[in-house]
Amino acid sequence: MLASAVRLASRRVDDDADLVDRLRAGDESAFVALIQRYQQRMLRLAEMTVGSRAVAEEVTQDTWLAVVRGVERFEGRSSLKTWLFHILLNRAKSAAGRELRAGRPDQNIDERFDKAGAWITPPEPWAERADDRLVAEGLAARVQQLLPQLPDGQRQVVVLRDVEGLPAEDVAALVGVSDGNQRVLLHRGRAQLRHLLSAEMGGM
Amino acid sequence: MRLFRRRAALVCRQAVALMADYLDGRLTTTDARRLETHLAACPHCSEYLAQLRVTIDALGHAEPDELSQEALDDLVDLYRRWRAD
Repeated sequence: MLASAVRLASRRVDDDADLVDRLRAGDESAFVALIQRYQQRMLRLAEMTVGSRAVAEEVTQDTWLAVVRGVERFEGRSSLKTWLFHILLNRAKSAAGRELRAGRPDQNIDERFDKAGAWITPPEPWAERADDRLVAEGLAARVQQLLPQLPDGQRQVVVLRDVEGLPAEDVAALVGVSDGNQRVLLHRGRAQLRHLLSAEMGGM
Repeated sequence: MRLFRRRAALVCRQAVALMADYLDGRLTTTDARRLETHLAACPHCSEYLAQLRVTIDALGHAEPDELSQEALDDLVDLYRRWRAD
């Protein structure tokens, strides 16, 4: 299982390297392949950063232009995906006209404990229902709709780590936070989404 | 004497606080074992961790919208105009 996941991951990296080489040589089909692979992911990340579909589309277009102009400078020290997201986020942040808001005070209203450290209101069970494929598919669609409810920093880290699967150190650099802060934002974001999903699953 | 050196069992608040690093595989073996001992005896914390895992799994399966032919054509057009410059 693990071995095949590693093989798949390394094949993807090889494909990306091959596409970058062909893009440098001016091969339009490589550009098309990159668009098919990354455009919708970039658009989603841009929209989550700027909060507007129209602005996100402009930002994404600008990013592709910067990519074809700057592909000579891509050295492969990060993954292509991290490099694309780096260019995109720089543009998205300036398009949004503001820096990301700092995290709000702790919002984990669902993690409540008494003085002895025991649950005041224990979580209502629902996790087992996600073993059903249809329920799991519904949750995957729903969690994406709930992401905009997170504060900016949490949303960015959760999208980059859990949706896009980037490594922790890349995410900390992309968002511009320390490794420790990246972990806090990730945990709070996940906990908040768990809380929101619980409300929909009929639990708490 | 042994009894005094043993660390006290975790309470739920401490167990939940350890879960983020546990999910990232960053807990020391000792802390991971303490958490697992607590989880084995606490259905509430087990359920909470299971719900966190379901949430993370749902995020990993959140597919972006499909790319439309029109959007693809627009971007290829952009590329051709850039190449022509």
